[in-house]
Amino acid sequence: MTSTDDPSSHISSPALLALEHIAKRFGRVAALSDASLVARPSTVHALLGENGAGKTTLMRIAFGELRPDSGTIGIDGSAVELASPADALARGIGMVHQHFTAVPAMTVAENVALASGTRGRFRPAEARARVLKLCEEVGLELDPDAVAAELSVGMQQRLEIVKALARGARVLILDEPTAMLAPAEGEELLAMLRRFTSRGNSAVIITHKLREALSVADDITVLRRGRTTLGARAADTDAEQLTTAMLGESHIVHPRRERTLPPVREERSGRDGVVREAGPGDGRRLGSDASEAVIEARDIVLRDDRGVTRVRGATLGVHAGEILGVAGVEGAGQHELLRALAGRMKPTSGSLRIPERAGFVPADRQRDALVMDFTLAENVALAGAGAAHGRMHWPAIERSTGELLDRYGIVAAGVHASASSLSGGNQQKLVLARELARSPRALVAENPTRGLDIAAAAALQRQLLDARDAGMAIVLYSSDLDEVLALADRLVVMFEGVARDVALDREAAGRAMLGAA
Amino acid sequence: MGSAEEFLAAAVRTGTPLALAALGETVVERAGVINIGLEGIVLAGAFGGLLAAGSGLVAGFAGAVVAGVLVAALFALFAVGMRADQIITGVAVNLLVVGLTGALYRAIYGATGAALTVPTTGTLAIPFLSRIPLVGRALFDQAPPTYVVYCVAPLLAWWLYRTRSGLALRAVGERPDAARAAGVAPARVRWLAILLGGVLGGVGGGMLVLSQAGTFAEGMSAGRGFIAIAIVALGRWHPLGVLAAALLFGAASALQFLFQAMGWALPYQLFLALPYVLTLLALAGLAGRRAVAPAALGQP
Amino acid sequence: MTWLRRVATVAIVSLLALGALWLALRLAGLDATHALAALWDGSFGSSYALTSSTLVRATPLILTGLAVAIAFRAGVWNIGAEGQLLAGAATAAAVGLFAPPALGAFTVVAALGAGALAGAIWAWIAAYLRNRFGMLEVISTIMLNFVALYAVGYLVRGPLQEPTHVYPQSEPLPPLAQLPRLIEGSRLHWGFVLAVLAAPVTWWVLRYTAAGFRVRAVGQSPSAARVAGMVDVQRTTLRVFLVSGALAGLAGAIELTGVTFALYENVSPGYGYTAIAVALLAGLDPLGVLATGLLFGALEAGALSMQREAAVPSVVVNVVEALLVLLILAVAKWRGGSAMLSRLAGAGSETRAEAAE
Repeated sequence: MTSTDDPSSHISSPALLALEHIAKRFGRVAALSDASLVARPSTVHALLGENGAGKTTLMRIAFGELRPDSGTIGIDGSAVELASPADALARGIGMVHQHFTAVPAMTVAENVALASGTRGRFRPAEARARVLKLCEEVGLELDPDAVAAELSVGMQQRLEIVKALARGARVLILDEPTAMLAPAEGEELLAMLRRFTSRGNSAVIITHKLREALSVADDITVLRRGRTTLGARAADTDAEQLTTAMLGESHIVHPRRERTLPPVREERSGRDGVVREAGPGDGRRLGSDASEAVIEARDIVLRDDRGVTRVRGATLGVHAGEILGVAGVEGAGQHELLRALAGRMKPTSGSLRIPERAGFVPADRQRDALVMDFTLAENVALAGAGAAHGRMHWPAIERSTGELLDRYGIVAAGVHASASSLSGGNQQKLVLARELARSPRALVAENPTRGLDIAAAAALQRQLLDARDAGMAIVLYSSDLDEVLALADRLVVMFEGVARDVALDREAAGRAMLGAA
Repeated sequence: MGSAEEFLAAAVRTGTPLALAALGETVVERAGVINIGLEGIVLAGAFGGLLAAGSGLVAGFAGAVVAGVLVAALFALFAVGMRADQIITGVAVNLLVVGLTGALYRAIYGATGAALTVPTTGTLAIPFLSRIPLVGRALFDQAPPTYVVYCVAPLLAWWLYRTRSGLALRAVGERPDAARAAGVAPARVRWLAILLGGVLGGVGGGMLVLSQAGTFAEGMSAGRGFIAIAIVALGRWHPLGVLAAALLFGAASALQFLFQAMGWALPYQLFLALPYVLTLLALAGLAGRRAVAPAALGQP
Repeated sequence: MTWLRRVATVAIVSLLALGALWLALRLAGLDATHALAALWDGSFGSSYALTSSTLVRATPLILTGLAVAIAFRAGVWNIGAEGQLLAGAATAAAVGLFAPPALGAFTVVAALGAGALAGAIWAWIAAYLRNRFGMLEVISTIMLNFVALYAVGYLVRGPLQEPTHVYPQSEPLPPLAQLPRLIEGSRLHWGFVLAVLAAPVTWWVLRYTAAGFRVRAVGQSPSAARVAGMVDVQRTTLRVFLVSGALAGLAGAIELTGVTFALYENVSPGYGYTAIAVALLAGLDPLGVLATGLLFGALEAGALSMQREAAVPSVVVNVVEALLVLLILAVAKWRGGSAMLSRLAGAGSETRAEAAE
């Protein structure tokens, strides 16, 4: 989809939102040094940059969540100060965060009513009608009586959008809105944004996907290390120019090819739309029925804590020396499937054979992988805590922790530093190092590179590949389909709790994620 | 009065102060705060009622409210203002009130406090309604604050579920960050909820002195604040459910009258323990239902 | 370093609380200095006061303080040390009174063991209700405190009442069921030694054993303990409940076999509630509990002498204890150190939510 057919985008009109020369420091770290973005009416604007470039920080400033150290914010052509999100909302700026902010126990109608004011009566019938009207205006479908906790991720995102609309947003900021959606869901979302902007509004999409920016946006702003390196109409730029703006000159290896992924993926990527070429050793991995599977699941059914069936039958095997990629839209059951394969969840029925020790890198490392107030040594010891008995031999544990820090290049003040003192990338490295250190026969990783910068993500992916080459059986899920395709030897796609083998092909995987044959 | 009538009247009489304290705590917990200090609020209310009773019953209840609110404010200062742990703050507040009321009582009224009595409200029969057979006297021939309870429960239910501010308060109890995103200030909401809890808990404590005992005794709250917290859970955090649970607890306490009338000779202490055991059993029995406790309960 | 700072904090906070007490007494028109002198005389002022009052009082406070500390460290909000203590005391009384003479010198050991077991069983009820029904242990343990209190009331008027059936209390325990004196001529008994030993043992278990490590991990982050450590969170919290209850039950049994020798309703002046303050002031550190248990033992012993000598109601000691807790919360806030406690609160509710589902 190109955007040049929209005549209004060529007419010079006052910007709905203009951020100019914004700088913001957190302690010693400069998150933004000179960032600018101008969102014009009737346009979809892509804010492009790699992880850690400052995209979200800039938009949180636009939404009044953070105050800039310097620079100006203009709304409708006049300079403003935004002290709080309430200020921003009052001026027509709405934001949909990556982490949704609905109240899980309340219905859609209640959530929307809550978002649109705290004075006066609450009449359920009126609130319901309001939701339906707002949905109709932008062509969304959303059940006003559904309880937020029971909505799918896509529906939750719609709720967030309706909440912003209910408060009269004219500029809608969305943080990585397509990251957790299946490709077709993403397209629906973008169509909805088109309807929204066609009435003179503006949408700003934060994304790190170059292809997405080029295909949906009218305007593109590129941030690199807190600085705006490019601001252009989508029609006037191309992938090469954007890549340079995102990564800088030195990063370019194959300038002709679109790539936002680190070099490590490149060699394995089969992204060109056709079946990837077989590389050395692939035959063994793909036709791995010969060797016995390390992990073997037969018709397993999984129920979550609330008793909801999340996996309705998965049969799969993972062999030594292969990476089984798992793809699926958020909530399709992969979360539970991975936990079961890692031995962290017992199937309700079906047979599951897993090695006694399986490494596990959970998605939420701060919640599920690390005890933030424990020392690094204690966190390393945590991995065997359930089965340990007798005494804890701290000197030995501290010694091996020190070795892990050296071997994996984890930057820390020492084995007695707390996990909370580590950066996100180093925390994730520590988790992976800990799991690999116990040399398990199998490793299950859920979104292991989320939130890491390119270098850290590449290092982590390298380690996964090395572990595979050393004969480990690996299960990898990533919400970034391209990452799965780049690393996996085989692919399983989850849809509504059912696992299906799918060819390593972007289109086929995308269709399977939506349940299409 | 027949024994059944007396049983019901005793149930309502015992249940009313509990209901007041529990209704206040319902609002507090709906805002995501568990105030163990409610025991101290009730005790302070009783003592405040005693102190001010010399100037009349209305002044007595005003004194109860002031005392309850002061204790609630202290709790809020730590639990909300400093985000200190709610349970520990509550325990400390209780210790403080036990010590303060005990010391002040002895300092003001002497070590014995003997023969100290204050006038009580007596009962007020509602015309016609009090003549309904069986339940009329029990429900409508009670101390005047009882009728306040009948109004407060539905009023709170309406507020929590049919106004936007009630919606905001519940949002604070479910997910403070979501409430904040909606422009609500969670700390302010919690402060106000805790103060309201102080008002109702104070009145509940005041009733013990001004409507029932006519005197004060050290530690006379005797765990009523704690029971009220259990009653909130028993009433599934809904004002009407909480009112029903409080009356049920009152009934369990009043069983002794019924049993005495029936000539059963069971030890008195077993009757005293019975309501607590029944509450535990009832809470366990309710557990199968969908969890309704505010999700952010107890989190600073 | 952190140790020094913690000791200094507690010392400063204690001085502040005592200063507040002095000021309050002055404002009330009492001889505050005399009262504080009496407080000192009754606690540390003489070797008799120290051994027969302070250390005797400190014994149940140290044990229940440990019970609370270990529970809170695991994110288990056991407010029920009082009830568990009473269960221990009542059981120790029954064993002491009805044990066959053949047991001989083992009678007191049996009484202590039975007391600890009874405390554990009383705590197990709350653990079961939490793990099976997701019931807040804050509520269930408080309810169980009252049930225990009334049960003791019943026992001393029923099955355990002294033979004349006049007084609501049991017969005194036979000498074989009594703890021997540690120092002749004082009231200090061997239970104090048990309490003093229990603290370093608890500390060592938490620090140097796998079971203790699991307890700490579950308290800090139940989700990480379960997912990364594959720790059985429910089983860990159940065990903590049992250990916590056993410590409190032992405190009750020691109080009965070492101090009161007979069971009556007010056998505990609220040790189980004061224990929460003891544990908190110690930063939930078992070794710290030893120190704060002594401090609170001294306060309570001194308060009695203050009431005798200076006509200051002994209940003011509750005010001082409450002030200590509130001040330490304020200091923790000021230093940004209350995170541990707030996380414990969050952690507790999280495991509960899991149990409920």
